[in-house]
Amino acid sequence: MAKSVKVYSTSTCPYCIRAKQFLAENNIQFENIDVSADHAKAQEMIKKSGQMGVPVLDIDGEIIIGFDKERMKQALGI
Amino acid sequence: MVYDLIVIGAGPAGITASIYAVRKGLRILVVTKDIGGQAAISGDVENYTGYQFISGPELAAKFEEHLHKFNINLQESEAVVSINKAQDGLFGVKTERDNYISKTIIIASGKRSRELKVPGEKEFRNKGLTYCATCDGPLFRGKIVSIIGGGNSALDAALQLINIAQHVYIINNTSNLGGDVVMRQKVVSAKNVTILNNAQVSAILGDKLVNGIRIKKDNKEEDVAVEGVFVEIGLIPNSEFAGLVEKNELGEIKIDSYNRTNIHGVFAAGDVTDVLEKQIIIAAGEGSKAALSAFRYLAEKE
Repeated sequence: MAKSVKVYSTSTCPYCIRAKQFLAENNIQFENIDVSADHAKAQEMIKKSGQMGVPVLDIDGEIIIGFDKERMKQALGI
Repeated sequence: MVYDLIVIGAGPAGITASIYAVRKGLRILVVTKDIGGQAAISGDVENYTGYQFISGPELAAKFEEHLHKFNINLQESEAVVSINKAQDGLFGVKTERDNYISKTIIIASGKRSRELKVPGEKEFRNKGLTYCATCDGPLFRGKIVSIIGGGNSALDAALQLINIAQHVYIINNTSNLGGDVVMRQKVVSAKNVTILNNAQVSAILGDKLVNGIRIKKDNKEEDVAVEGVFVEIGLIPNSEFAGLVEKNELGEIKIDSYNRTNIHGVFAAGDVTDVLEKQIIIAAGEGSKAALSAFRYLAEKE
């Protein structure tokens, strides 16, 4: 079954762009959440990750802070 | 496998060097921590010829697209630990994951943000304190923020944040802001900016997230309530791994006008070097020079 993947990001952050590119290249569906436009979601991201840096990925509940390809691969099982 | 050239870094200098080297028919490998370097985290770029206006991330994406147009061996998210001389006049590049062998090296590893080194900086990193206004600025919509620094990078951060934050404090430790006149005028004339000159930050305050900074000004300490701290106090070269080559007192790699270091076969380009100015367009130009010098070095050897 496909994993639920959320990407908390801003449109200007280069590592967010790279993280989303990486998911797209691997044909992984994800929900992109622009935290600069959605204050409530920004708070949700801060609560989940305990910090304010983007990107934050939520892969089936596993929280990954920053663009960490190796951890993403592990969490996604690819 | 012995490469003709290993390029360390993939910012404007490294990417341009790689493109030139591939077009010269060299077998190359690019080893880098990230793509785009500081260009990728710059705000608006208005002085890269051919683009009257482009954002840093967009320009970096153009560079990357150009790099991927060629079939280049690329090891991304891989930091170099050391470079050394190997047998038969070859060089070794040791990374966190592997060892590579090459006939020549171009070091284009750029610079990174200098840290404040005050209490609270480490604890609150990414908890309100950041070194990248372009990345994290949008999270501070409607908030009161501070920028530490008074040069171009501080002005760049300010120009981004005056449109996002409710109020921007600029904490500058000299008597006047530096940087480009055009940028400075835009910042100074913004209604929601307070500039504190001759002021030093002595601590970052907060609970779970940042809620203030302690400032020392005129021998008095004062706490200012802010939710964001953007550290923009300059850069240091990523040259620690390059013990093999000669550096200046700032840690920048010394090069000549051919981008040669003191070690034959090892070249360097861009912000990691002692080149006079640090600009995206200069880094790109230096990268091309370094690649052509490496090509010439290889041609003369064979």
